[in-house]
Amino acid sequence: MDTAKRVSLEKKATKVRMGIIEGVHSAKSGHPGGSLSIADILTYLYFDKMNIDPKNPKMEGRDRFVLSKGHAAPALYSVLANRGYFSVDEIKGLRHTGALLQGHPDMKHIPGVDMSTGSLGQGISAAAGIALSAKSFNETYKVYCACGDGECEEGQVWEAAMFAAHKKLNNLIVFIDLNHLQIDGTIEEVNSPMPIDQKFKAFNWNVILINGHNFDEIEKAVEEANKSTTKPTAIIAETVKGKGVSFMENQVGWHGSAPNDEQFDIAMKELEDKLASL
Amino acid sequence: MADIKKVATRDSYGNALVELAKNHDDFLVLDADLAAATKTGIFKKAFPERFYDCGISEQNMMGVAAGIATTGKKVFASSFAMFAAGRAFEQVRNSIGYPHLNVKICATHAGISVGEDGATHQCCEDLALMRTIPGMTVINPADDTEARMAVFKAYELDGPVYIRFGRLALPIIFDEAYDFQIGKGVELKSGNDVTIIATGLMVNEAMLAHDLLLEEGINARVINMATIKPIDSKIIVKAAKETGAIVTAEEHSVIGGLGSAVCDVVCAECPVPVVKLGIYDAFGTSGPANELLDVFGLRAKDIVEKVRDVLKLKK
Repeated sequence: MDTAKRVSLEKKATKVRMGIIEGVHSAKSGHPGGSLSIADILTYLYFDKMNIDPKNPKMEGRDRFVLSKGHAAPALYSVLANRGYFSVDEIKGLRHTGALLQGHPDMKHIPGVDMSTGSLGQGISAAAGIALSAKSFNETYKVYCACGDGECEEGQVWEAAMFAAHKKLNNLIVFIDLNHLQIDGTIEEVNSPMPIDQKFKAFNWNVILINGHNFDEIEKAVEEANKSTTKPTAIIAETVKGKGVSFMENQVGWHGSAPNDEQFDIAMKELEDKLASL
Repeated sequence: MADIKKVATRDSYGNALVELAKNHDDFLVLDADLAAATKTGIFKKAFPERFYDCGISEQNMMGVAAGIATTGKKVFASSFAMFAAGRAFEQVRNSIGYPHLNVKICATHAGISVGEDGATHQCCEDLALMRTIPGMTVINPADDTEARMAVFKAYELDGPVYIRFGRLALPIIFDEAYDFQIGKGVELKSGNDVTIIATGLMVNEAMLAHDLLLEEGINARVINMATIKPIDSKIIVKAAKETGAIVTAEEHSVIGGLGSAVCDVVCAECPVPVVKLGIYDAFGTSGPANELLDVFGLRAKDIVEKVRDVLKLKK
């Protein structure tokens, strides 16, 4: 990846992070930590990789994305808004009564959302179903999905993993957002799903380990995944929960709480400074 | 009595899928390692490239079905009622119901007529569970004809549908001229003394009960209510007004199924006494299906008793 492209993506990712903070602050609830950790991956997919058209969200043959870790909706919404699916003004309505943006992704009403998710473990099955449909009806699009590391404690994730490998869904690429934190503590403390990479390998997946905040590594991994001829790919992305807002980074308390006005100002100042530095 | 042709509605389902596939190439069929039992195996044999076995993982199957439906294709997903409506309830609610996707959940081996497998496999709660999901259409066919027509109509309907099929062979009630409509009850016997509203395998028992009651001088109206949701409130209110008393009959818990749906309508629109026949807050047990229907009181004579009960309450 050349420097100009990398800087451009970093700028977009910073704007996406600002949208996450704005949305969660306005909602006075939501999940900033896991939204910030997945922001770079979503930015890469929606601004660079996926074959999509914000003016035609239901375009035939488009690539699909399923946010299996649906609580990271603020990240998805911020990416979609910044990409032009709907006005960035909608972000301030996040979780408000009667507003467009529901607490978790809602495909019936929100342009660009390919699958309604939120109950953990279910999105990856839907992503596998989309990939199976593509194969069955001779479509060539790709299906991307993002799961949480804590989400891998759901049995359904492994039902889906077994299914996708057995059906040779090489058009399915699943990111695991390995930020090491879940609501009750670190994943290692609560009910460790580790080693996630070896589990996916044992389930006959193509497995790639990356730094989920490094655009070169993200791009390289997706390109490699797209070359897979028989296996689905799990990209295990080492990330930092709360990435980009200093006081939220690696703090379990920021899984599901919103910044107050003072914290909001600090967070936005940090992100504005970051944007200015790029 | 002359030999009456009997067919299990699970067979009707498998046959209907094959019929449907001859004219429509935009749907897939999923099963969870029960293709031989649910009869999706009939479809698998005819259209192997359009059938996928998900293995023993009903929760994933419902998610996969949802994903397929998001691509604009239709999909039938099958397992036993216990696992389709029970085990995978939350997947059906959140991944299929909430986005109102075009998934047709076709569940077989419902009710106690599963027989020998016993309580763990005898789902008498599926209608109640599926009814509570917003936008879910719930159908419980009474015979082979209605079951096949329900599959065709479900395919045409835009949105999620739950259809309940059985393992036990049932007498054929309807001929090919029958015009099955989702959401419409059908009056099978006219009568003004009392109304029996039945669903599934209890419809045939209700017809037999009608004849028994005639011998006592009671002229019972019999309504086949295949669609549990949306329930045909018009035919219920008309029956309440004209006959003044209702007995409901279902091979399902009296909590949350047909009886409850009928009471919802009657209480709100035309209060008359309703007596519910069904499974009374109990688990099933092992045994041949026909013996269990006797043991659990799901026969014509049991309907007759309930009619006597409700007539005592009738003003």
